[in-house]
Amino acid sequence: MRNILEVRHLCAGFPTLKGEAVAVNDVSLTVPEGKIVGLVGESGCGKSMTARAVMGLIRYPGRVISGSILLDGRELVGMPKKEKRALRGSEMSMIFQEPMTSLNPVMKVGRQVEEAIRIHEKVTAEEAARRSVEILTKVGVPEAKKRCLCYPHQLSGGLRQRVMIAMAMILGPRLLIADEPTTALDVTVEAQILQLMRTLSSGGTGILLISHDLGVIAQLCDHVYVMYAGRIVESADVNELFDRPLHPYTRGLLNSVRSLRGGGDVLDTIPGAVPNLTRMPAGCGFSPRCPERCDECVMDVPGLVDMGNGHLVRCRPAEGEEAK
Amino acid sequence: MIKKRAFPEKEKVFRPGDEQLPEPDGFRTVLRRLAGENKLAVVSAAVILLFVLAAVLAPVLTPYTEKDMDLRHRLSPPSPEHLFGTDEGGRDILTRMLFGSRVSLLIGVVPSLVSMLLGAALGIVSGYAGGKTDAVIMRLADLMLAFPSMLLAMVIMYTLGGGLMNIFLTLSLVNWAGVARVVRSETLRIIKTEYVEAARITGVAGIRIMLCHVLPNCIPTMLVLFTLNIPASILTESSLSFLGLGIQPPDASWGLMVNTGRQFLYSAPWLSLIPSAAIMAIVLAFNFLGDGLADVLDPYRKNQ
Repeated sequence: MRNILEVRHLCAGFPTLKGEAVAVNDVSLTVPEGKIVGLVGESGCGKSMTARAVMGLIRYPGRVISGSILLDGRELVGMPKKEKRALRGSEMSMIFQEPMTSLNPVMKVGRQVEEAIRIHEKVTAEEAARRSVEILTKVGVPEAKKRCLCYPHQLSGGLRQRVMIAMAMILGPRLLIADEPTTALDVTVEAQILQLMRTLSSGGTGILLISHDLGVIAQLCDHVYVMYAGRIVESADVNELFDRPLHPYTRGLLNSVRSLRGGGDVLDTIPGAVPNLTRMPAGCGFSPRCPERCDECVMDVPGLVDMGNGHLVRCRPAEGEEAK
Repeated sequence: MIKKRAFPEKEKVFRPGDEQLPEPDGFRTVLRRLAGENKLAVVSAAVILLFVLAAVLAPVLTPYTEKDMDLRHRLSPPSPEHLFGTDEGGRDILTRMLFGSRVSLLIGVVPSLVSMLLGAALGIVSGYAGGKTDAVIMRLADLMLAFPSMLLAMVIMYTLGGGLMNIFLTLSLVNWAGVARVVRSETLRIIKTEYVEAARITGVAGIRIMLCHVLPNCIPTMLVLFTLNIPASILTESSLSFLGLGIQPPDASWGLMVNTGRQFLYSAPWLSLIPSAAIMAIVLAFNFLGDGLADVLDPYRKNQ
């Protein structure tokens, strides 16, 4: 199977007064054709920064420090701006979590959806309009022709998110990055949007789904990367990960999920918060919060170790436990 | 035990297609809201419209022309033949007022338009580009703003000489900096929004982002600035003409008329008072309209 996206040893960060804050540290991940890959982690652990690095949209003064990003075999790091712009929208695309603010309030919906075609292809206005109606219908916007003439404030949140997805999908990109696409939506709409993404991926699009909602990840993804404090800490097939979570952080996340059948009244939480990027602990980034911390953990950063079944984990106690 | 909750049985389920599509609101809605919320602005708009009509229809409304001298009737008080009286050259003041309103309105609108377009262009480029471009444009704007604008206008007018074109040029040069600053800060806000980000992700180039995404979102602000710049320009022209640096006689302008009437303030007060009242009326009308527009166009700003 072809890999649409291959990120290798990516480091990205931004300068601060206390030196460079590395928000993405040695991240490697792949998104194969027609698969949905999840990227999970708390707020502030570098998920969105990774996505932005792929799109080439890290906000100044942030930058990619090192590593490589291959989109369908083409190197994106160091690619001239103009070439990268030609790929954005046509080969790779992204949708955001905030459907309420992601559409230009003074531009009609139809025009916004068409914009990608107008930029990347030379087509007539009628052709562009016809195709935008077509894609809007495909993502489940009823009466698409009429909606094209609406302004964003006249649409509900679910419709706006569909319009966003239509904007991202109109040129049939190979890679779609979805940055928490359903966080702002209610559950029924969420289910519809997730179904839509499943349809897209079966059409061959590789999807990188960024989320902190493990429920969504479990439903949708084929493979999951767990990220913490800028590093990938665990990587496994979705079933493998949910059956056999190895990293204490992953277990903590799983325990914090509400379950309909679950027993306890009080939701489990992971005490503490993601460490400040300029004051990283010397060893494992999770060690200050880790219940299974040992002496070695605070000494240096453990490497990613294969535990079988393609299950990678970055944790010394977990390695030890498996060995027993 | 989970308590069973009673659901209303035949509640209508709304699907995305069911909801009534509201009419897209455009210019008309803005006007309607303006009319509903701010009576003063509507009156002001009517006053402005009246002045515009008077200026356009000037030759039809009066049998005289603004340059006709009639030395037998110098400084005559208001009468049925001369509703507002005559000046020191026996010229009909109403006629001169009507023709003068053409000058005043043109001077209000043209330089405001030019300075708005110039200021908006520089402001958007400045805010979008950032870095050195931003620094150069903004320091230039600071320079313009730090210099007393009246003094600057006087210097330019003194160097170039009077006349309509030179006044246009002067007023445009004086006013662009304020517009540029406001539009720049608006741009800085807009380029951080997610829809601009989304446009970037679609692969939209910088120029198109500025024209299609930033500019349309700046228009409410620009419209308010434009409306508030008009009275400022009218006032500046009046001052320049009053000082003898603006419109030159025998052409008519309200500021000029105030100036010539000054010598006869005790014997023929209408010479100065009538054009002064007209200046005040139009300036107030534009200011009220501008404030009204600002209230209507910015949902976060409460009127009062």
